[in-house]
Amino acid sequence: MYRFISLAILLVLFSSCFKSYEGKINIDGSSTVYPLTEAVSEEFRDIRPQIRVTVGVSGTGGGFKKFLRDEIDISNASRSISKSEIELSKQNQIEFIEIPVSYDGLAVVVSPNNTFVDYLTVEELHKMWAPESQQKITRWNQIRPEWPNTPLNLYGAGTSSGTYDYFTEAINGKAKASRGDYTASEDDNVLVQGVSTDVNGLAYFGLAYYTENKDKLKLVPIKVNQDSEAIYPTDETVRTGTYQPLARPEFIYINVKSAKIPYVQEYVKFYLENAAALAEEIGSVALPPEVYKLSYERFKNLKTGSIFESKSIVGANLLNLLQKDAQ
Amino acid sequence: MAKSSIKSEKFIELIMIACSLISVLTTLGIILVLSIDTIKFFAEVSFFDFITDTQWTPLFADKHFGILPLLTGTILTTVIATLVAVPVGISIAVYLNEYASKKFTATVKPILEILAAIPTVVYGFFALQFVTPLLQIFIPSLSGFNALSPGIVMGIMIIPYITSLSEDALRAVPKSLREASYGLGANKLQTAFKVMVPAASSGIIVSIILAISRALGETMIVAIAAGQQPNLTLNPLKSVETITTYIVQVSMGDVPQDSLEYRTIFAAGITLFAFTFILNNISFWIQKKYQNRYD
Repeated sequence: MYRFISLAILLVLFSSCFKSYEGKINIDGSSTVYPLTEAVSEEFRDIRPQIRVTVGVSGTGGGFKKFLRDEIDISNASRSISKSEIELSKQNQIEFIEIPVSYDGLAVVVSPNNTFVDYLTVEELHKMWAPESQQKITRWNQIRPEWPNTPLNLYGAGTSSGTYDYFTEAINGKAKASRGDYTASEDDNVLVQGVSTDVNGLAYFGLAYYTENKDKLKLVPIKVNQDSEAIYPTDETVRTGTYQPLARPEFIYINVKSAKIPYVQEYVKFYLENAAALAEEIGSVALPPEVYKLSYERFKNLKTGSIFESKSIVGANLLNLLQKDAQ
Repeated sequence: MAKSSIKSEKFIELIMIACSLISVLTTLGIILVLSIDTIKFFAEVSFFDFITDTQWTPLFADKHFGILPLLTGTILTTVIATLVAVPVGISIAVYLNEYASKKFTATVKPILEILAAIPTVVYGFFALQFVTPLLQIFIPSLSGFNALSPGIVMGIMIIPYITSLSEDALRAVPKSLREASYGLGANKLQTAFKVMVPAASSGIIVSIILAISRALGETMIVAIAAGQQPNLTLNPLKSVETITTYIVQVSMGDVPQDSLEYRTIFAAGITLFAFTFILNNISFWIQKKYQNRYD
């Protein structure tokens, strides 16, 4: 009897290992989009437990690389697909649908124990992060003379991160142009950990990671130029585009082959229906409802290609672009 | 019957030779793989720059390939670990061998060896989340990522390496030496540190060298707690990047294979390999030279 019971228990235990799924959706890419996609996927698993959704984090560039090798169905991206990636997609004959899912502001933060930073201008940020500053701009008083003569410790996105591409384009004028002597990581949690415990630190990363760690960080408002107003990134300022130039849309890219599979269609529909509510929940910024609607139209019509193929994403107005594209 | 036993003897011998060849061939294979990519690397980057440039930024727009920042990071954390582990490790070994009761030694030694069994990733988070905040109470200027905290924790990790081998070396010292020392009127402390430790010095030095090469190659602790900023500094309060951390960082990221960026990890790897190889050879040589001096 005892033996029978233990056998039965074993069988029950093992049966969960052999659980068969109706389908699998593989997602990878940006760590900034990850919280939203993961939140959506969790909800989706509740209503459709038969579909297995896995979400990885390997940075926007890393995600696109897998996406263009046809290893994943959906790629999370915190920037639009680059020219060279579009080139590669043509070579590998991979067609994709581009869907904006939320806005994100890049937060510039310092340690809460930093008392002197009241705001930063874009020019000052450029001075901090420019490639020419490498090994030269290393102290706070080099940024503004009235600031103390203490070391300037920088924390920022790693080179395969979409945040890195966007930040360097917005601040230094050219994607991937940055100094190299800072703590670079694709994992935003490492940056939060670093800057929150470093009085002389300054970091940039997605607003969602700031919202999550509010009590450990101090947000720095940004001025576009010396005379303009210093703006904090908030839902409002990011959505309306007043927080410039560090507000950007985030995307998911869907392989057209996968987009023809019914359960992927179900997932994307679910994603766009719930993205707004979940974005608020995780501290990211929702897009206007019309954008989600237009995006879903795009998806349903299997409209491939990027609307940013021939224009810069910095300061772009999504709604206008999508409307123009729909006509 | 006799013939077949000789046959099986031969067969077993062959298996044993094959087994020992596996480790030798693996080492040769590693050296070969490292060398091929390193040679390709040095076809593009001059060796002189590699050892003299003070910046290491191969992934960025302004590329520099100076190994020095990574090397100082590695050496700095290792030196801190050694400074922690050597006095503590040897003291424990002397205590266990000279002072403690047999029963005490029998209980404490296995517990001590558990230290070596803790996964290094656990040590890493211990350094980052516990030791660093603790140190910051005393040293407010300490960065969140720094060389000091992982260095100390790495030191704790390698204590059992030193204690275990040193204790064996101390136990191997002939009894007659200790008795002679007592006979001359020396007390316990004098006997321990003036007679026993010098007599066991070759074994103790070997244990230290092995522990150092373990610390040099340690990856997880420094990757988690020391930071990822190649920083040419000997200041233990600042964030540093070690060779091993850099290799992890690049292999986890998405640097395309067969690119110069990718080859940097082989050049870095072979530098580290050279260091541990030299250290291991020194320890081998010491062991050989001073072994059984008292027999």
